[in-house]
Amino acid sequence: MKKQNLNEHRFFKPSANEITRLFIFIFLVVLVGGSWAATKIFESPYITRQNIVEQQPIPFSHKHHVGEEGIDCRYCHTSVEKSAYAGMPPTQTCINCHSQIYTTSPMLDPVRASFKSGEPIHWTRVHNLQNFVYFNHSIHVAKGVGCASCHGQIDQMDLTYQAAPLTMEWCLSCHREPQMQVRPREEVFNMEYQKPENQAQLGAELVKKYQIKDAQTLTNCSTCHR
Amino acid sequence: MKTRNDEYLKTLPESLLNRRDFLRLMGASIALAGLSSCNLRQPVEQIIPYVSQPENLTPAVPLFYATAMTHGGYALGLLVESHEFRPTKVEGNPLHPASLGASDVFAQASVLSLYDPDRSKDVLQNGRITTYEDFLVDLRQNLAKQKSKNGAGLRILTENITSPTLAFQINNLLKDFPNTVWHQYEPVNRDNEREGSILAFGEPLETIYKFDQADVILSLDADFFLESPGRVRYARDFSKKRRVRKGESTQMNRLYSVECSPTITGSFADHRLALKASEIENFTRNLVGVLSNNSNSPLDAKTQKFINALAKDLTENQGKSIVTAGTNQPPSVHAAAHALNEQLGNVGKTVFYTEAVQANSVNNLESLRPLVADMNGGKVEMLAIVGGNPVYNSPSDFQFAESLNKVAWKTHLSLYEDETSARCNWHIPSTHELETWSDARAFDGTVSIIQPLIAPLYNGKSAHEFLAAFTDNYSVSSYEIVQNFWKNPSGNQSNASGKNQNSENTNSNVNQQNGGNPNSANSNVNSQSSENQNTNSAQNIQTNTNQAANNSNQMPPKGGTQNAFEQNWQQFLRNGIVANTAFQPKQVTAKADFTNQRPKTEDQRPNSIEINFRPDPSIYDGRYSNNGWLQELPKPLTKLTWDNAVLMNANLAKKLDLNQEVAGTGGSHGQTIADVVELKFNGETLKAPAFIIEGHADDAVTIYLGYGRTNAGEVGNGAGFNAYALRNSGAMWFGENLEIAKTGETFSLACTQAHHSMEGREIVRHAKLSEYEKNPKFAKREADDPAKQISLYPGWEYNGHAWGISIDTSICNGCNACVAACQAENNIPVVGKEEVLRAREMHWIRVDTYYENDGEDIQTLHQPVICQHCENAPCEYVCPPGATTHSTEGLNEMTYNRCIGTRYCSNNCPYKVRRFNFFGYSDYETPVVQLQRNPEVTIRSRGVMEKCTYCVQRIQSAKINAETEGRELGDGEILTACQQACPTQAIIFGDKNDKNSQVAKLKAEPTDYGLLADLNTRPRTTYLATITNPNEEIEKG
Repeated sequence: MKKQNLNEHRFFKPSANEITRLFIFIFLVVLVGGSWAATKIFESPYITRQNIVEQQPIPFSHKHHVGEEGIDCRYCHTSVEKSAYAGMPPTQTCINCHSQIYTTSPMLDPVRASFKSGEPIHWTRVHNLQNFVYFNHSIHVAKGVGCASCHGQIDQMDLTYQAAPLTMEWCLSCHREPQMQVRPREEVFNMEYQKPENQAQLGAELVKKYQIKDAQTLTNCSTCHR
Repeated sequence: MKTRNDEYLKTLPESLLNRRDFLRLMGASIALAGLSSCNLRQPVEQIIPYVSQPENLTPAVPLFYATAMTHGGYALGLLVESHEFRPTKVEGNPLHPASLGASDVFAQASVLSLYDPDRSKDVLQNGRITTYEDFLVDLRQNLAKQKSKNGAGLRILTENITSPTLAFQINNLLKDFPNTVWHQYEPVNRDNEREGSILAFGEPLETIYKFDQADVILSLDADFFLESPGRVRYARDFSKKRRVRKGESTQMNRLYSVECSPTITGSFADHRLALKASEIENFTRNLVGVLSNNSNSPLDAKTQKFINALAKDLTENQGKSIVTAGTNQPPSVHAAAHALNEQLGNVGKTVFYTEAVQANSVNNLESLRPLVADMNGGKVEMLAIVGGNPVYNSPSDFQFAESLNKVAWKTHLSLYEDETSARCNWHIPSTHELETWSDARAFDGTVSIIQPLIAPLYNGKSAHEFLAAFTDNYSVSSYEIVQNFWKNPSGNQSNASGKNQNSENTNSNVNQQNGGNPNSANSNVNSQSSENQNTNSAQNIQTNTNQAANNSNQMPPKGGTQNAFEQNWQQFLRNGIVANTAFQPKQVTAKADFTNQRPKTEDQRPNSIEINFRPDPSIYDGRYSNNGWLQELPKPLTKLTWDNAVLMNANLAKKLDLNQEVAGTGGSHGQTIADVVELKFNGETLKAPAFIIEGHADDAVTIYLGYGRTNAGEVGNGAGFNAYALRNSGAMWFGENLEIAKTGETFSLACTQAHHSMEGREIVRHAKLSEYEKNPKFAKREADDPAKQISLYPGWEYNGHAWGISIDTSICNGCNACVAACQAENNIPVVGKEEVLRAREMHWIRVDTYYENDGEDIQTLHQPVICQHCENAPCEYVCPPGATTHSTEGLNEMTYNRCIGTRYCSNNCPYKVRRFNFFGYSDYETPVVQLQRNPEVTIRSRGVMEKCTYCVQRIQSAKINAETEGRELGDGEILTACQQACPTQAIIFGDKNDKNSQVAKLKAEPTDYGLLADLNTRPRTTYLATITNPNEEIEKG
């Protein structure tokens, strides 16, 4: 009688063990799977906007201007060597050439309208870092980081898109091993430049030559966050 | 503030939610919060380039323009940082004699006033918005009536003016209207100085001191670090003789200060005697008596001993001493100071006299008095008030507001719609000094051209344009007015004072004279230009040729003279000063009669209580009331924010049975509950809280002016108590027979340091010069240097840069310039009184005040405390997400985007220098406020910890500049904001691994010590112990 009674009033049935194990398993699966999924979502182009072509007021083609016409990056992005900001060309720069060529092209209507009215062109930002990240173009150019290293083969882009994920992890991959990315300064604006086979060796030499700081210093938080 | 207040409901009705509903709601909100955080994509932003980019602009590289700001009429030269033509930060101009690169709180905060959303934006007629053109029409109609009677009914009321151009304009106007009178009034005026000079020399002269040449200085209630027009320069000069360095001469100057209310100057003194302001005259007479071997009236033994020792010290340092009297002391004390300086042979060595800097030197009080009489007598038909706020700040017995009602047509030009604007028919919004062209003279007469950094935000009018409206040439711009004046300044000035000139309008007058006489002043400037140019290129000063407002009116260069002028003009703007305009010292002799006067025997200490009025150290006479940075700045010594109080010493408080309780909200800081007292003075009454301050003279109270505003703006309204209500023309600075009584009410004061005791720890270390000479290492303690290996973490070798700061407490006078500069540089929000009461102020620097000794013989010690950047930083070990970390250069870094707001770091910080954003203090919404922000510093949101970064943005930008140019960083290339602003150069930043750097040398000084270094924090910020130079004869006891 007593025994039976005890069994009847037991709160956890023997099967509870199995159920608990199952729940722990499901919990772990959800935790691991969820973390994995979250990481993937964070890295996905949906979040990073990598490879996404944004709508622009003028379908400006870097492929035409850089790849085909051979215009140097610095003709338009004038402050890339002396400022944090590479510089977006003022309407005046477009008009320098387009007062002579394609003067009636409807595609360039917004340029002419802007020049006439004094109202600036509103471009959609393609490379958009968070406001707490302080990226500086001039120092990267001075230390031998090529334009294409971050911006990709921009000379082959019909419409401009963001070629790299621009995540912190991606930034750090180079700040941790700058020797794997740096190139001679004279090749910075060269879109055709390919990493040589002895990059590790050449890179190490360049790191020394350009006095690029050690990985520890380059990964100080205040290098990018202020 | 607004954002925060609107964020939560103040109270929730109890019956609204039961437990079940509450949990349901919480569950839903957590789910919603989770969902909303999924919005991880960066918002799409735009890039908006120029249509035609300005020539000397590199995007994201700031430009610096030289200009000036006036304070009480006197100019301080500035260099203003401009990001894409938006002024963000003000620094001192190294070439300007009043600044030498340093600045003060008023200059630092001026940029916030520029962007103040409460500024007046519209022309108002009787409170209704209208247009400036309507004003011009109305003005011309009224002026036409005045023309027939030569302007007999027209009055102009200005503040003190040193601007040569403005004075020229007014004088021209007076030629058009010969019967018009020009009045000048400033509540914090220098009438006593002026009258004292007239007493001594028969003419109003400006006194210029060379503190760097003086060994013994006597201040007779003079706060020359705060109230003098040369305050920034004087602090620099004074500090030159306060530095004691290893291997150098240990000669120091000695400051004797006799004062009623404790001031920052008095806090610097080696000997301080607290006397009632009214007793200082007697003190001076006695000192004169001792120096001329006359017998004296009996004084108490302590004062007598002080006088004897002082007289001996002064006699021994003839030609190397200074006697200076305060703004609030009567003319006779000033005259006595002049006589003493002459007797001691100081004139021509440490004391110089020049002609008055004010364009038209007047006694302010006596200038306002006839205006009030005329208004009451109905003689004033038109009144033009150019700046100032007389309704609020004129003496209470003048009843200015009531007199003003008797004037039919009155107009007021001002930055805010203030108390005076509200009582005028016409209110015209004024331009801020960073928005307009003008000029002004510094304390020594040097002229600066004030150039705009930005086009007027709200279509304001400058004083120049406003006065031009009274002439036929009413549409002329400030730029034309100022430039035309400087085309022929000497000619213009003589014309302005000459009586027999034809009354032509300003512009044609100038153009005629401009014909063919190049004047000598301009050629002088030219010969110096090449030298100055070299200095300047390093500082990246750019002239404001292409972009500044109003420049479209620039005249094209015509002939040779025009080109020469254009070159000079560029030079004026580039350097921020017009060379060779400082006044030359005058040879004068003091009238001898004062020195021989016998002391008044009846001058015993009166038994009544004395009231003292002083300008507020933060908001001055009330003109900066609506400036949040200044309101929240802890006032020197009292550390009060947002309010003024009746300051008195503990003896008087005891007599009145007053208490001052420190409430527990913020430990030793935050809330101070003060008893409210009622002051009765000459028939006027005022209720205000009493605050006990160390070192105040017995039987006297001090109250700061500038509070109790009603029309200041959202920030200034309602803060503090209006001391002008008690101030009358008979007692502008102090008066006897104050009745004071406890009311039984209490009032909460927001005080950031209510507790000035070190509690047995050696936080500030101090020695007398004689002790230093015996033992230079007096500040060193064995416990301060624990073995390096005592740490759970492996050590780190700092091989590259090792940033550090050395702060010399000997020369810190607690002026707060560093605090304000830091706030401007680092986008530090204002939190409001309510939050300061909870000890949540956000300043990254605090200037702590400690006292040695008690009562009147206090020795005040100032200590600016910033993040110490400990090598073994306690905050770093406890941060769960690793948001605060150590850099390879020794910076204790704060990464805001990682911070989750646990506040463990702040708990573990022994220095209490970390600040937490309990609410969203930063204003993200008001558009005009965004313009002020430094784009190089992240704006912190709610729930984020922040603290001093050693201005890491400046370090990074200097490093990047040096590295792109392929050179080594030089010592002194990086100035932290606090260092740059500091008038005495007490703060030095640099690389302590560079053996030749200034900071490494200072850290090698024997007096160097680390704050709480016995905790093995290994701080990178270290202090040089305070050394004072007391006179042994007084010391002996």
